[in-house]
Amino acid sequence: MTEPLARPGRKDPLKKTRLPLNPQGARSRAAHGLTAAAAEGRFVLQSCADCSAVVYPPRDACPVCLSPRLPYKDVDARGVLLAETTVRSSTDPYFRERTPWRIGTVKLDAGPVLVAHLHGDTKEGGRVRLGLKLDKSGAPVAIALPEQDTPHMGDDPQLRELTCDPKFRRVLITDGRTAVGQAMAKAFSEAGSSIIFVGIADAWKPFPGMDALRGIERVEIIPLDITDSESVLEQAEQNGGRIDIIVNTAEHIRAGGIIERRGINIAREEMDVRYFGLMRLAQAFGPGMRFRGADGVNSATAIVNLLSVYALMNWPTYGAHSAAEAACLSATQSLRAELRSGGVRMVNVFFGPLETEWFQTVPPPKVAPAALARAVIEALKKGLEDVFVGDVAEDIRLRLAVNPKALERELAG
Amino acid sequence: MTSTPSRRKAYDGVVLCAPVTVPYRRYSTNSAHWWIGRALQALTKQAGLQPTDLDGLSVSSFTVGPDTAIGLTQHFGLTPRWLDHVPFGGASGMVGLRRAARAVQAGDADIVACVAGDTNHVDSFRKTLATFSRFAQDAVYPYGSGGANASFALIAKNYMNTYGARREDFGKICVAQRDNAMGVPHALMKKALTLDEYMAARPISDPIHLFDCVMPCAGAEAFLVCSEQTARSLGLKSVRVLSTIERHNAFPGDPIQVRGGWAMDAGELWSMAGVKPDDIDFVETYDDYPVITMMQLEDLGFCKKGEAADFVRSHTLTNDGTFPHNTCGGQLSVGQAGAAGGYLGLVEALRQLTDAPLGTHVPDARIGLVSGFGMINYDRGLASGAAILARAA
Repeated sequence: MTEPLARPGRKDPLKKTRLPLNPQGARSRAAHGLTAAAAEGRFVLQSCADCSAVVYPPRDACPVCLSPRLPYKDVDARGVLLAETTVRSSTDPYFRERTPWRIGTVKLDAGPVLVAHLHGDTKEGGRVRLGLKLDKSGAPVAIALPEQDTPHMGDDPQLRELTCDPKFRRVLITDGRTAVGQAMAKAFSEAGSSIIFVGIADAWKPFPGMDALRGIERVEIIPLDITDSESVLEQAEQNGGRIDIIVNTAEHIRAGGIIERRGINIAREEMDVRYFGLMRLAQAFGPGMRFRGADGVNSATAIVNLLSVYALMNWPTYGAHSAAEAACLSATQSLRAELRSGGVRMVNVFFGPLETEWFQTVPPPKVAPAALARAVIEALKKGLEDVFVGDVAEDIRLRLAVNPKALERELAG
Repeated sequence: MTSTPSRRKAYDGVVLCAPVTVPYRRYSTNSAHWWIGRALQALTKQAGLQPTDLDGLSVSSFTVGPDTAIGLTQHFGLTPRWLDHVPFGGASGMVGLRRAARAVQAGDADIVACVAGDTNHVDSFRKTLATFSRFAQDAVYPYGSGGANASFALIAKNYMNTYGARREDFGKICVAQRDNAMGVPHALMKKALTLDEYMAARPISDPIHLFDCVMPCAGAEAFLVCSEQTARSLGLKSVRVLSTIERHNAFPGDPIQVRGGWAMDAGELWSMAGVKPDDIDFVETYDDYPVITMMQLEDLGFCKKGEAADFVRSHTLTNDGTFPHNTCGGQLSVGQAGAAGGYLGLVEALRQLTDAPLGTHVPDARIGLVSGFGMINYDRGLASGAAILARAA
């Protein structure tokens, strides 16, 4: 049974903040197939295209038939924990301050043997299921979980080290005026976050859902306009030291392509909200979060960026908007690298058209704001890095993997 | 033990001589080149040779990088006509000996200097672990970074679960080896060890506790391989090679290691030597960790699979006992000087069989068995080897 986490007390300002360290993140090129799967929460291993052998550790030739064709495929993650050990002495500085640390040998039903981290509810000789996760260095690792979910299992210290669980963490939702921002506040409150700061620009201007937002438990409305550098800096100075998760809900969605939408004023606004907005947030809050990446139960853990799936491939119906989203996506890749030293994750959540006024003319399927919020909570609990929400986003992901050029043509209509 | 007639050519007329140990140190500010160089110097002095008389060289080292054996020829001013680099950790001695013996036998070299040496800087052990192999980098080191301790803890735990070995049994091996080390001047751990102290030691990675672990250190070991005639003309006492085996990545289908390559080749080892386990006067196993010693006792045929704990319980393992084992204290007492750990048993056996041990004698020792094991690339040691050596007539 996992001991439920105790709510962390107020931080002693005189105590030194434990600085973040990372486990070794170097991996071979072949092993990065696991990185891609862990980022999306899938369990894959190399499977020989010629003899079907399932292979681990990652390699460049099949140890059964020497075929070089070893694609990663989804495989059964269940197996038996053959032996376990508790590491009490480690040569690595990251693990030294986290020992005792349990690891074990897992024999998968699918064949291979993996050395894996162990969840506290696993037992030697018992059945387990493996999950692939990204560790603090952003590199893929396997953790053996109990075969069935157990109470408070997300509170397990070794699992929590691999996730960004919002429980007892403090969240900043950057824009509470939108339906998505409000759904997000509700979802984080239900997920047990300690404080949910919700940014509102020009608070004197009323907006739909305002009263309901104020009524959500542990929500604290704060003035924040991410198109205004001073406003962002002011919030960072005031609350930056106690923000563990940022969810950037600032959106700017207008239809239209590049030629048909005359002038660049709207495009400039799009860039200001989406690209420069993210940049302002990252510059103001990033250094503090990176510093607090190993600061106990409520360490800084993630920046969540909500992105149109058309950041990955332009949809000319919303052509200029797609371009701004693409810029924003590129920025997240840089941020991912820059945040890594602090063990802070950059989570990209790609969604298709939303069930909101800005996609009024778009036919279904569409994503309800509450569904998007649920997906964000789920992603943080699982420790994902790339998340696709809704049927359209999933459709784009699959088509992109098969033939990007076909997708480009087909989106052009 | 089934014995099939060996089809391999015997090592007639090939001998080992001139045992060299450069006394170990816990940490060294010197390079691996310095340690290897001192070993070569000691070899030439003992044999009364000029460095240029060495026409064969076999080198094993983890820390000599970026150099390999070829760079060392220039570094040491040697001009060999036969050169080998054997980076196989605990199997280095076996593999080096096998190749050198065949080179001498075939006339490709007359005098081969076999040398293993490593340094140990303050942080070099961690760096060696982190970059030990591609599989270790991808699939072991990120899991707690417990190094070999953690990997062998899993193997030991499974072995205990499967065969009922107890910590006390591992302890008996360690305590006896410490007794054997008491007279060895350079042994890093020379304080007498009791079973109670062994049992009470702090856990490192359960069930591995402090005294199951070897101490990484700097040092070098070396010997010469040449013809019996050459050894005699140099005035060196020598030891004959009765048989050897070598195997890599044995039993890859075993989900967790319970045996090594010896189990595939032990029949060959005995039949080629023409002796039986009962004829062996002392055994030098690779003792990193005691569970691996137990596997060697089983796989080499001293007892059946799963019965090593019983075997250990029913024998005394000190040099004056019923089964003299790791007669200089093994790596558990003298330290593990990197690849030199894979030479330790060979060099000690050479000393015992030429009446020149650094510590206590094994009385009337005529035949010894030496075993090597190494390279935990992912979840198990890949390399194994063994040799049966005999006192020269």
